[in-house]
Amino acid sequence: MHANSLGVTYGRTIHALADIGFDIPRGQFVTIVGPSGCGKSTLLRLVAGLVVPTAGVLNVAGANPCRARRTAIRLSFVFQDATLLPWRSVHENVRLPLELNHTPHEQRERLVSGALAMVGLADFARRYPNELSGGMRMRVSLARALVTDPELLLLDEPFGALDDITRQTLNEELMNLWAARRWTGIFVTHNIAEAVYLSERILVMSPRPGRIVADLPIPLPMPRSPELRSQADFARITGEVAACLRRTSI
Amino acid sequence: MTYGQVTKVSRWLLEHALPPLVFFAIVLSAWQAATMFWKIPVYLVPAPARVLEAAQGHASELISATQLTAGGALCGFLLSLITGTVLGLIFSQSKIIQRSIYPYAIFLQTVPIVALAPLVINWFGTGFGSVVVVSFILSLFPIVTNATAGLTTVEPQLIELFQIHNASRWQELLKLRLPNAVPSLVTGMKISCGLSVIGAIVGEIFAGYGTQRYGLGYLITLTTGKLETAYAFAAVLCSTLLSVAIFVTVNLIGSSILARWHVSEPGGSNTTSE
Repeated sequence: MHANSLGVTYGRTIHALADIGFDIPRGQFVTIVGPSGCGKSTLLRLVAGLVVPTAGVLNVAGANPCRARRTAIRLSFVFQDATLLPWRSVHENVRLPLELNHTPHEQRERLVSGALAMVGLADFARRYPNELSGGMRMRVSLARALVTDPELLLLDEPFGALDDITRQTLNEELMNLWAARRWTGIFVTHNIAEAVYLSERILVMSPRPGRIVADLPIPLPMPRSPELRSQADFARITGEVAACLRRTSI
Repeated sequence: MTYGQVTKVSRWLLEHALPPLVFFAIVLSAWQAATMFWKIPVYLVPAPARVLEAAQGHASELISATQLTAGGALCGFLLSLITGTVLGLIFSQSKIIQRSIYPYAIFLQTVPIVALAPLVINWFGTGFGSVVVVSFILSLFPIVTNATAGLTTVEPQLIELFQIHNASRWQELLKLRLPNAVPSLVTGMKISCGLSVIGAIVGEIFAGYGTQRYGLGYLITLTTGKLETAYAFAAVLCSTLLSVAIFVTVNLIGSSILARWHVSEPGGSNTTSE
């Protein structure tokens, strides 16, 4: 994926993003951190082809994002909220992307069961979203994103509304899933520990108009394990990233 | 039922069903007493006992009139349910059509549509057809506005989800917009089912039928005209019961649909999925 001097302007005066440039090789897990309202989500929506840039070039798998999503790559998006359809059961919610891309019926059941097993919800297939906790709903959302076996997974602060323990558990599960499938991942968050734990590389953004002000490699071996959180290296790097973010926010 | 459940039910009845029943009895007695005390002539305000008498005496006419009115109201209601949903679908699919026509749909809600009833009779003649048409136009707009709202106000992130998975317009309509509109359609149905009964009765007042077959609206005008006030009261009572029956039925159907949809009623206090 390649981006060069990318910009998004709403109306005449609101510059959401300015002069963004980065390359993300296939299979890398990148996190974007930055202050609230700096355009992190907009950047993710650009990559998904939901927002059209007003300046610059963005290439996803050698095509513009909208085209890439239609023809070149399997892309999934995990939203801030679980965004489940309340009238569909867990199983039916996870099946939705397969219905939309016309996956043959005989494969659907197997893929859905597989995705639900991956997030540990095999026993909850017949439940409905309003019967689940926030963490479980987010797991369903994750299963729905993974059921198409995506090559590019975009996550927009997916665990922001969850309590810390649930967040850590889901971080670990996400890490295991990444280790198994090695998709390209872009993860937006403002939780620094989460960013360091999950990614090989952190892009730090400035307040609006959002620019990428630092591109920090995280020199810890992938995939990460939960023990990492109590190690000195982890604390040191988290501190460095926090310092970097503080400098840019002022 | 266990003993505990029985006491629970009887306590609920005591707390919630008894007060209105007692009040009803008081009003009836006061009414009966007032007609006797002031010797109100029966052609002005008949005593409850007289109304009951009239209802018993004309039971077969009242039942057939109620059936006819119910038929007219249900036809009008079903017609507006279908037409309203179709109009909502058209509005949800084309911004330009919605922008040009939808304001009138809202504006027409403020027009006293009852005033159109005599014109409808001019166009559709006397009889069942006109009754259905009046019932239909009176109950149409709540369905149109609620269907349109349900089909167009979809959570933006859900639309993005469908876009990301390259959903076609058709898939978005079938798998997102239509199911999303179900709760608002239920709300629209609840409002318009009562209106359909009003429409049918107004239609009958203007359109009437022959002297062989008639609905409640015609019966009310006929009996008031002949100063058979007790009979007219009985007919009004029947129209009330009809209205309540249709409302309760639509509410029960609506609640069971919403339960199946796993959403609470719009504005309800139950938790929904966020």
